[in-house]
Parts: sequence; C-alpha cells; structure tokens
Amino acid sequence: MSTPPRPSLPDGHAGGTAEDLSAGPAGTSGAPRRPGELTPRELLRWLWRQLTSMRTALVLLLLLALAAVPGSVVPQEGVDSLKTSNWKEEHPDLTPIYERLGLFDVYDSPWFAAIYLLLFVSLVGCIIPRLGVYWRALRAQPPAAPRNLTRLPDSTAYRTDASADEVLARAREVLRGRRYRLRRTDPAGPGADAVSAERGHLREAGNLVFHLSLLVVLVGFAMGGLLGYRGGVIVIVGDSFSNGLTSYDDFAPGDLFDETDMEPFCFTVEDFSAEWVMSGPGQGTARGFRAPISYREDCAGTDASEAKSYDLRVNHPLSIGDTDVFLIGHGYAPVVTIRDGEGNVAAGGPRVFLPQSQDFFSFGVIKAPDAKPGQIALEGLFYPTFANIDGDPVNIMGDDKNPLLSMSVYTGDIGLDNGSAQSVYALDKTGTEQVMKADGKPFRLDIAPGQTVRLPDGLGSVTFERVVPWTRLQISQTPGMKLALGGVVLALVGLLGSLFIRPRRVWVRARADGAGTLVEVAGLDRSGGGDVAAELAEVVAALRGTDDTTARGGSGPSRAADPDAAQATPEATGTNEEDA
Amino acid sequence: MSDQAWETLSNQAVAASGVVYFLALLAHLVQWSVLRKLPVSVGAQSAPAAAADASGGVAVVTGPATHTHTAEPRDDEQRIELFGRLGLLLTGIAGLAHALALVARGMAADPNRVPWGNMYEFTVSGTFVVTVTYLVLYRRFALAWMAPIVTFLVPSLLMAAVIWLHKPVTPLMDALESPWLVIHVVSAVIATGAFTVGGIASVLYLVQDRRLRKGEVSDRGYLARVPGPAVLDRIAYRLHAFAFPVWTFAVLITGPIWAHQAWSTYWNWDPKEVWAFITWVVYAAYLHARSTAGWKGRNAAILALVGLATLWYSFIGVNFFSTTSQHSYAAPAVVVTPEAR
Repeated sequence: MSTPPRPSLPDGHAGGTAEDLSAGPAGTSGAPRRPGELTPRELLRWLWRQLTSMRTALVLLLLLALAAVPGSVVPQEGVDSLKTSNWKEEHPDLTPIYERLGLFDVYDSPWFAAIYLLLFVSLVGCIIPRLGVYWRALRAQPPAAPRNLTRLPDSTAYRTDASADEVLARAREVLRGRRYRLRRTDPAGPGADAVSAERGHLREAGNLVFHLSLLVVLVGFAMGGLLGYRGGVIVIVGDSFSNGLTSYDDFAPGDLFDETDMEPFCFTVEDFSAEWVMSGPGQGTARGFRAPISYREDCAGTDASEAKSYDLRVNHPLSIGDTDVFLIGHGYAPVVTIRDGEGNVAAGGPRVFLPQSQDFFSFGVIKAPDAKPGQIALEGLFYPTFANIDGDPVNIMGDDKNPLLSMSVYTGDIGLDNGSAQSVYALDKTGTEQVMKADGKPFRLDIAPGQTVRLPDGLGSVTFERVVPWTRLQISQTPGMKLALGGVVLALVGLLGSLFIRPRRVWVRARADGAGTLVEVAGLDRSGGGDVAAELAEVVAALRGTDDTTARGGSGPSRAADPDAAQATPEATGTNEEDA
Repeated sequence: MSDQAWETLSNQAVAASGVVYFLALLAHLVQWSVLRKLPVSVGAQSAPAAAADASGGVAVVTGPATHTHTAEPRDDEQRIELFGRLGLLLTGIAGLAHALALVARGMAADPNRVPWGNMYEFTVSGTFVVTVTYLVLYRRFALAWMAPIVTFLVPSLLMAAVIWLHKPVTPLMDALESPWLVIHVVSAVIATGAFTVGGIASVLYLVQDRRLRKGEVSDRGYLARVPGPAVLDRIAYRLHAFAFPVWTFAVLITGPIWAHQAWSTYWNWDPKEVWAFITWVVYAAYLHARSTAGWKGRNAAILALVGLATLWYSFIGVNFFSTTSQHSYAAPAVVVTPEAR
C-alpha cells in the first residue's frame, strides 16, 4: 500500500470494478475508495486470476520440486522407519523441530499437500476455460486471409501462367492432401481470391489431455494411499500364512482402509533357495532367490479353493486377486531345543535371527520362560559359515556352509511374566543374571548343528538341531495403481501431441497480374516451435509442381522436398521475394 | 573369447575412445584457433547472414568460402576445413570405440547382459548417447560450434567414470533381472544424453544472450560463430522437447511398473525416485516457462540448467549422498530390517 492508512470503510461497500487496482480514480459510487481497495468479490476474482495464471503455476511447480527435496535428505518414516528412529536418536535436538515441520513424513505432510493441491487447482482453473476455447476453435473456420500476405514473416510469392482459379483449386487440393482444414468461402464474395487453411488442432487437445490426465494420476495415487495397505511378514520355510490383520509383523494401512477388503487367501512357504557366487567377481553374493509356495485363494469357510503352487522370485510377485505377494528378503532360523533342569522341553522349534550385515551374520534371542528350576534365555550370534582364523571367529559368507551358534545364557526373570509386550528379537536383561562358568567368566555356548551342550548349575541343556531359512514377504494391495498408470500413459500421449503437433495456418492468394497470375503464399506458426518455413517451401513446391514454368531461383522443388535442407537454407523465408 | 578377455577389451576400448576423443578435441581446438583470427564472414559463406534470425537453424558452417580475396585466408580456410573434418572423423572413430566398449562390457558378463548394470556402465552408456545425439544432429542443427564442448565433455566424463566409478563386471543382482532393465534404463540413458546436449545449448544461449545484452558485437572469436540466442533457444527446446517425454516414460511409467514388481511399491519416494520426480517437475517448468511472458528466454534457460543439475544429481548424487536408496546398486543382496514384533 502506498497510501497512509485511513479509517476503514464499512463492510458491504459497493465499489467499482476490479480494474481500478491502479491508482486511478476511485469507485464511482458515493464513498471514496482508497487506491487498491477491492470488494470481497473482486478480491476473490483477483485471487483466482492470480492462482490460475501461468506464472503462479510455474512458481508452484518450482515450489513442489523444492518441497520434495527434504524427503530425500531426512529419513522418511514411510520409507525406512528403522533408519528414521536411529536418526531421531542421534539428533535429539533437531527431532522435535523436524517432527513439528513434518520432515519425517514430507510426502504426507500438510504443506506438501498444500502445494500440490494448489497446483492442481491452478491447473484446473487454467484448463477448464481452455476446454471451452478449444471447443469453439474446433468448430470455427480457419480465419480469412490477411489483406497483405507478404507482410507476414513467413511468406513468399511467385508468378505463374496458370489462371487464378486453377491455382486456388490446386492449392485446395494440396492443402487438403496435407490434412489442412479449409475455410469455406463464397465463390463470389470477399475473400474468394484466397484459400485459408489451418491444421494442428490436436496440439491443444494433447495439451488438455496431458493436464487432465495428471488429475487421473492424482486420483489413482490417492486411492492407493487411502484404500490400500502394505504389510510385511517373516515366514519360516514350512510355515503357513493366512491373510489377516493379526498375521503381519508390520502393517501400514491407508486412512480409509477397510479390513473386510482383505482377501482371504493363505499360503505355505515350501522351500527357499539362493545361488551363492563362490568365486570370481561378486563372490559371496547371492542371486536367484526362489521360494516355492503353495497357496489357496480362499481359505475361509468350507468352500476353500484348491491349492495352487507358485515359484516366488524377486521381480516375479504372486498376484492373488488384487493383492500381491513379494519376496523381499531372507535369513536363517536356527532350530534350537532347550531342555530344562527337569528334562522337559522348555523351548523348541525354529527361531528367526536377523541378519546384521550382507554376509548374513545374524543376531537373535531364544527364550524359555517355562523352564524349571530357572527361566532360560539365550542371546547371541549366528554364523552361517563359521571359521576360526587365528583365534578370531569369522563369518566367511552368507551361505550356510558351516553354521555355528554362539550365545550367552541368562537366567532369572527374563521379562515375560508381567504380561507386557516383548520383542522376540530382543531380551530385557533388567531382571536377569548372566550364567557364569565355574571360573567366573561368562558362560558361552558355541554349538554346531547336531550338538548338545549342558548348561552350568543344572539349568538344563541346549541342542542345536539344524537351520531352516526364512523369507520376508511383503504383501500389498494397491487399488488405483492401474488408474494411475493409465493416467500417466494418457498424459504421455497428450504430451507427445502437445510437443510435436505443430499448429499452422497457411494462406494462398492468387490474382491476375498482367499476363500471368501472382500467387502469394504465407504461413503462420502458432506453436512457437517455429519452422513454418520448411512447411511453406513444401506447399509452394507442391503448388508449382505441375506448372513450373516460371521457376525462380531459391526454392526449387528438389530442395524444398527435403525439410532439413529447406530448414538449413531459409532463403525462401523472411525475404519476400516478390514485394521486397 | 573368454569373459575376462571381453572385460579387458571393454576397458581398453574405453581408454582408446577417450584418447581419440581427446585427439578430436585437439583437432577442433586447432580449427577454432584458426577461426578465431578471422572475421565471421570468412569461412562461413554457406551460412547466410540471416542465420541468426528466428527462422533458420544454421549459424556456423566451416566449409570453404567461395569468394575470398587474399591468399592467406584461403590457406587458413583449408586448415579450418581440414581440422574440422578431422575432428568430426575422430569423434566418429571414438564413438565406434565407445560402442565397442559397451558391447564388450555386455559380453563380459555371465550370462551376457545389457551394459548398464551399475553407475560406471550407466556413465559410459550416457556419454555414448551424448556423442550419438551430437553426431546425428550435427548436420541438422549445424552443431559445428558444439564440437569443442562435446569432445571435451565426453572424455572428461569417461575419465571420471574410469577413475571413480569403475567396477569389475559382476552378475546382475536379482532385482535387476528383468526386461524392464532394458526399457527403463535405455529410456533414462537416452533422456539423460539428450538433456545434456540440450543443456549445452542452454548454457551457450545464456552466454550469447548476455553478450548481446552488453552490446558486444565482435565479429571474431568463438562466440561470434555460435548461433544467435533465438537459434540456440530453439535447438535447446527441440532437444528438451524430445528428452522430456522419454524421461516421462522412464521415470513415471516404466519405473513404477518395475518398482512394483521388484520392490512391491510402484512409488515409494525412494531418494532416486524423489530426484527423478524433481527433475521431471523442473523440466516441466522449463517447458511452461518457455511460453510464458516474463519467463521465456533467460529464465527458461536457467530453469533448463537447474533441470540438468537435478538430473545429474539424481543420477550420481543420490548414490553418494543417500544410503537408503534402493537404487544404490553398490550393495548387493537383500538387507532385511523387520520391525519389532
């Protein structure tokens, strides 16, 4: 505001039009208006006009790009929650600020949504009026020829012996053949001495399709985020999984997710195998992961469907209805039996150990709360291929060539009695004491499959039976995915149209001039892409192809037939040969 | 031939192509150092004076002049032509060696595969596309002025790839074993190459625009022979307009399809995805800016260069500065981090 503040005017003040934004005379009605003052309606209209302007759209686009950056720098809750929690622990000062700003969840944050929603509003506001304009343009005739064609930047002229009518008939034929739309003219009326032609309407159609398709993509994307879910589960080979909320280890539903949409399938992981590269480059890495599973599409009730089998591999998910099952990881589960001091089996079966590194050196916990006389818990490491190198225990590679369990033993209250939830991958050691050897050093189990070790103090014994692999599966339902994909494909088609279709207008005027006929040809490029010169040269060449009696230098047919050559030698354009 | 021999051949071919690119650069430098002394009107006869106007695509043609008056310039023109052609020929030869390096790289793997499984291979492929784009468009857009830049840029990038990114040939990790590796990466590489060449045109647009704005109208020197801003703007636009749909195809169609198959989510805001998206948005802004009053010209060219920066960052930066990216193929095998139960 350039004017000093004055007492404000009463609400509902009737003003002039929005046009008196400038420092012009104030509104025409009674009370004087300050410069720059708007009625609410005017203000809204002004805001809307600003919002839907290309400049605003550009700024919003750049803002969107900028706003997406933090999500690639700060770990994202939705992408890698483990990394996020680690980061939070390392940065206790920044965490509250970042949390308030939504930086751990950028792409779901209100400010990110605000930007793209504004962008889409701007887009709609821009496209809707253009739909109407386009609809009218589609039905409109190509505009009449300007009076002086040679004044257009791209124009040329030549003389011929053919009559004006012949030239114009030929021009209609040529332009129609080049898929131009022609203006209907009254043979006797004004403008009968010229042919007006236009082509390339589909460019704007492509443009509109592109932008509207983005809306489709947004809807598809939103559907996936709101209605879908993604869950992860570790399934030990031989175990079964039945689709239901409680079966998952982690589960991320959309905001509008409905549990009844979950499909009632179940499956059993029959086996798991991987090929380990034993030599050469890439040694020690694995590939060819394969988990054959047998599944049934409907396990509920009595009319359970029959079992089918599928070879689950990376890049080859299993689709059951709308749900997809992916193989995304694997690991080892040692089968360990713990017998207590009374000789009863206190714990048994495979226990999932989590890989700590690429070589599947893994960490895990085995708990036996029912053991008597004291509870037993084992915590320690699993070596898939153990080797003792100069007294140091080393894991050679990820394949289970020489498995070894190396665990510490704890007894006492292992934390399962008070009913609070406990991770099966961690041991709460507050109520426990570590089991010691007779010489006072910590007791450590180092056992290979088939071996049994007796625990000190009559606690019992531990048997390492064998190792079974486990698979980590991701199961997700993404409604709207095909819609989003279709939207992008449609957008691409529209984009191609809007980038490569060149809307052009061409006019041909012929009139008797002395002995012959003077033909003027002019073109107008409406895309900003620019090379209407080549097009014009081709049109002229076609026009003159049959009656090339008065050929003039510069734009012979042979040259004009090659668009690149014509483009590289723009002599026929810019220089008005006849009327210069 | 054994795989080892193929790999050696590939390494040697990369080195050879780098050397030949460098020789091409030298030839072009000689060409331009001679041209520098001559006014623009000499040595550019076949380029009409109207070249800088809005309708043409030509500015510099280093062919022989048809009518010159003294013997000395004629001598120079012969040298200009000789070295110009030599440079182009050497670039072509280097391009062949470059292609051989890629083929051999693919043959060296067991089983044979496409040569873009890691960043080193992607860089070698991407620079190859730059060369091919330049050679294919050389005549059409009269890119003689771009010769020194391309023959400098390509061997430099190759050298960087060999020094910092080189890796022995390894089998593909499982997630990459997919037909989409061909479709997705080929389109990304092509778009990268075309965006890069377009970016070169945008840089020169800015330089020329500034030069004209300052009223420097010397008729000698390199810049005098680079086409005018209007022509550069159009060349840049054409390249970007070609690359943008290809990039759309790579990032927003094949990428999500493959991501869904391999990682179970078609769009997970993985850092690579984020930066590919940012690149897409910035180039979309460029295309819009070019037709918006107040943004066309200088600002649009700057946007194109911002786009190029984000493109290169999404290709190289993400792999170095972001460890979470599923696209960082330095680490094979699947790492599992399940949540606590």
